[in-house]
Amino acid sequence: MIAVFPNPPSIDLARTLDLAGYRWKAVSSADDAAKSEPVEGWAGAVVMCDEDPEGGWALCRSLRKNDNPVGHVLVLVSGAQLADLEMRDDLFDDFCLSPFHPRELESRLRHMFFTEIRGTRESLVEYSGLILNLETYQASFGGQPLDLTYMEYELLKFLAQNPGKVFSRETLLSRVWGYEYFGGARTVDVHIRRLRAKLGEEHANLIQTVRSVGYRFGQSKWSA
Amino acid sequence: MHDQQKDYVLRTVEERGIRLVRLWFTDVLGNLKSFAISPAEMENALNDGMSFDGSSIDGYSRVQESDVLALPDANTFEVLPWADAKGAEARVFCDIAKLDGTPFDGDPRQVLKRNLGLARDQGYSFYVAPDIEYFYLAPPDSTNTPVLLDEGGFFDLTSTDIPSSLRKETIRTLETMSIPVEYSFHEDAPSQHEIDLRHTDALTMADSVMTFRFVVKEIAALHNVHATFMPKPLENIQGSGMHLHLSLFKGEQNAFYDENDAYNLSPTAKCFMAGLLRHAAEITAVTNQTVNSYKRLVPGFEAPVHISWARNNRSGLIRVPIAKRNSDSATRIEYRSPDPACNPYLAFSVILAAGLRGIQEGYELPVEADANLFEMDNDVLEKMSIHQLPQSLNEALHVMENSTLVADALGDHIFEWFLRNKRAEWRTYKTHISQYELGRYLRSL
Repeated sequence: MIAVFPNPPSIDLARTLDLAGYRWKAVSSADDAAKSEPVEGWAGAVVMCDEDPEGGWALCRSLRKNDNPVGHVLVLVSGAQLADLEMRDDLFDDFCLSPFHPRELESRLRHMFFTEIRGTRESLVEYSGLILNLETYQASFGGQPLDLTYMEYELLKFLAQNPGKVFSRETLLSRVWGYEYFGGARTVDVHIRRLRAKLGEEHANLIQTVRSVGYRFGQSKWSA
Repeated sequence: MHDQQKDYVLRTVEERGIRLVRLWFTDVLGNLKSFAISPAEMENALNDGMSFDGSSIDGYSRVQESDVLALPDANTFEVLPWADAKGAEARVFCDIAKLDGTPFDGDPRQVLKRNLGLARDQGYSFYVAPDIEYFYLAPPDSTNTPVLLDEGGFFDLTSTDIPSSLRKETIRTLETMSIPVEYSFHEDAPSQHEIDLRHTDALTMADSVMTFRFVVKEIAALHNVHATFMPKPLENIQGSGMHLHLSLFKGEQNAFYDENDAYNLSPTAKCFMAGLLRHAAEITAVTNQTVNSYKRLVPGFEAPVHISWARNNRSGLIRVPIAKRNSDSATRIEYRSPDPACNPYLAFSVILAAGLRGIQEGYELPVEADANLFEMDNDVLEKMSIHQLPQSLNEALHVMENSTLVADALGDHIFEWFLRNKRAEWRTYKTHISQYELGRYLRSL
């Protein structure tokens, strides 16, 4: 089920989605999207920002902040709003100019969801040069293999699968380690430090410390 | 063991084309031991362990049965960064067990795990960060005379010399092996270097110290340089210590931190320090286990001689470093007597036991001794109830053998073997006629 914003969507958008065979549901706000989210979570979202840009971006943000962040978010913006895309790359996966050509939107949606199918098959997690192959447990950065211990790998996997989200040490400990461990919660800091060392100086800020909260993966390009 | 963890190791062996897996463990004296298995054996090793004859390993011999099992700790599996083109190699630390799978008493790693388990029962995790000093020397010839490589002093920028580039290469290698380095610098003495590791839980740190000593020596040897962790290789030059920064955590909270205390030390920290001070003499044979160790613990160098503590007094046994920005997680104490030739598993075990005893019994921390103790008379010190650390291995062993604390921490097997082995070392030393004696007495007497 795809979340579609605004509610109701334009006739053109509704028709394009229907003709392409997508199951969708219109939502009027971030709260509404959270309330009407299906049990299995949203498969994706199409967010039209030209009428109500603030509401649209708020929805995108909340979809990404979800416990189980929603992937496959496509935003529609007018030509005058292209500048709004800047600094928001983490909030959407693809965009389309509005007014849109139905064939273009359909192709973009198909391509966006195709990535998922391929991604599931090979179990790849990718983020700006970092690739984790969940099938073979191998990690690489910029094409170079990264030699990680098992717990380093598990921690990096968890973070890379939830980019942009802040996790407390306790959460990471329970979600990644999940069992009694000699190190206690400080173990998380130790492993973060080890991961940063292995990612190398230039990329160490892929994993950011959020003061007095915990850690966040991603958004390194504009944090300097 | 978690299946996924096992899977991770096996897949990595396959994907990275590992030709040899080295199983690492440690003998009672702290020497790294290793045997290699082919990747085909790895699954078997992870499931059932690999049996081997322990009778030739120092401290492993038993009366009835000499075979023991090496059980790889999959979490320590690492691809070795210096493998050649012919084939990658990996290493994994092992726990040693008896054939029935129960922990083997002679394995130092199992001893530390047992002690950490006791701390965990009280809600504590034990964190350690060592500052490790060592010398780079020319490869020794048959006379074993130490030959210095450089004449640099403390923090000297000798960027072009061999030792500095060795140190850099060593640090790079350590970082790729999951051992983050906090600082490194050229020490006071010529050819002496120090690398400070970032704190981690004591078990991982003991493994890291073993890896560290191996990597330092290995990389030096590749460049035809000899790295030594001998506590006092040169008579008039300060020796090599391994100062240990210690803290206890309860969950995310540093149990040593108290924002209302002048030194930011909690009652827990003070009791821990009191425990360490009261039992310091008993544990010294373990933290300073060679005849040579006691030639470092002499006045006039930056090594402790007296059992005392202070905020900022490098002649004391425990120093309380000022934490950066009053950061609670950085609050710690520094135990200054250990040297890098100790067995880190056993040293961490007895230090933890002494500190925990202080907490359990609510020992009171003696007053701070902030004067330079090297300049004070012994009777003044005695009046202040400041005693000396054992002055020789012999003295240290005497104190240790009456210590139930050390016996409990090490377990009977290691306690007895260690005393036997070290008494023998002392006997050999005692009968040795040194150059000093010949020079002083041969002609004059």
